[in-house]
Amino acid sequence: MLRVDVEKQLGEFSLHASFASEGRVTGLFGASGAGKSSLINMIAGLLRPDRGTIVIDGDVVDDTAAGIHVPTYRRRIGYVFQDARLFPHLDVAQNLDYGRRMNRLAADPAQRTRVVELLDIGTLLDRRPGKLSGGERQRVALGRALLSKPRLLLLDEPLGALDEARKLEILPYLVRLRDEANVPMVYVSHDVAELRQLATQIVMLRQGRVTSFGGVKVLT
Amino acid sequence: MLDISPAEWTAILLSLRVAVIATLVATPFGIALAWLLARRDFWGKSVLDAVVHLPLVLPPVVTGYLLLLAFGRRGLVGGFLADHLGIVFAFRWTGAALACGVMSFPLLVRPMRLSIEAIDRRLEQAAETLGAAPWKVFFTVTLPLALPGVLAGMVLGFAKAIGEFGATITFVSNIPGETQTISSAIYSLIQTPDGDAAAGRLVMVSIFLALGALIAAEWFARRATARLHGN
Repeated sequence: MLRVDVEKQLGEFSLHASFASEGRVTGLFGASGAGKSSLINMIAGLLRPDRGTIVIDGDVVDDTAAGIHVPTYRRRIGYVFQDARLFPHLDVAQNLDYGRRMNRLAADPAQRTRVVELLDIGTLLDRRPGKLSGGERQRVALGRALLSKPRLLLLDEPLGALDEARKLEILPYLVRLRDEANVPMVYVSHDVAELRQLATQIVMLRQGRVTSFGGVKVLT
Repeated sequence: MLDISPAEWTAILLSLRVAVIATLVATPFGIALAWLLARRDFWGKSVLDAVVHLPLVLPPVVTGYLLLLAFGRRGLVGGFLADHLGIVFAFRWTGAALACGVMSFPLLVRPMRLSIEAIDRRLEQAAETLGAAPWKVFFTVTLPLALPGVLAGMVLGFAKAIGEFGATITFVSNIPGETQTISSAIYSLIQTPDGDAAAGRLVMVSIFLALGALIAAEWFARRATARLHGN
């Protein structure tokens, strides 16, 4: 499903990570500064590895030896950022349809309805992002990423900017997403409880190296 | 209220035509240059930046003379355009538009550049992860978000173009009905005995147009800003 073997030098920090995951939700776990965000940004194509390969779904998207670097917009990934990053000049419905329009996919009303219901955002459709709460914004960002029909969904601490109450509000949606949306995910977090609930496999990072890999048990 | 004569109307309408064409033609170049200066690092960037701002600090008569040398009938560019494309600038209203466009360009570019620099690049990244190629990111995210600055730059450039005098009169002279804009008409009138009343009317029109442009710029900017911050 996802194979990563990359090296990257970022100033003083060196990242050298290698793992292969078949899991539905691969949790990237580590303290801040462990290299989680750099790693997920390389999977997304936003950051280019110095050396190594990344393979998504059998498709080589990075191979420095062969000079392959597929640009982000052609990787068919979805990315949910910590800070939602909804387009402020578009309303919620237009934000949701953005990925479909950019990928020139035919409208799929059934899937759209399913995602809107899964995330409970039906009442928000004609609102602007400026009028949404933090939790609502994150739900819309999830929907926006899903509706671009990605083959891999990347989530970089999607609950990181929310307070405890909001986290508890979003978590059930993520669980439903995992069980119903049928899109493999890479989930970055430094929160053990979050990953216990969501992840099926864990990649533990420490100072730019993978220190353990396996089921959620490794979190203990 | 103002009893504007046909000759004065001619100058007013010519000025409007010259300024509108100058602004519309300059806008795509302005946006492209603003993007380049805001987003790209390349060799010679500061030189390019200085050249764009040159008309702001050069004596207008110098800019006009340089335009005459380059775009006159015997000029390097002007000769080529006249022979091969049939486009003539010298002593035509099109030349006045060119002069106004060049003179107003720095003012037109500046707000556009500032508004592009102010856009959160992480939004453009988000667009890319959703499958938008770079040119689509530009047209669906960058440009709409820069719209307040683009409109402000257009209005400012228009206001400058409509009042331009020095470079225009140097380049295309002061021919009634062809190159005599409001500014050059006022200049002629105040050198003519009994021209005071007519000059006064055109002065009023100038003030009215300039104020209108400034109010419009403000209004556009506020509307667009409101649009960007959610409703």
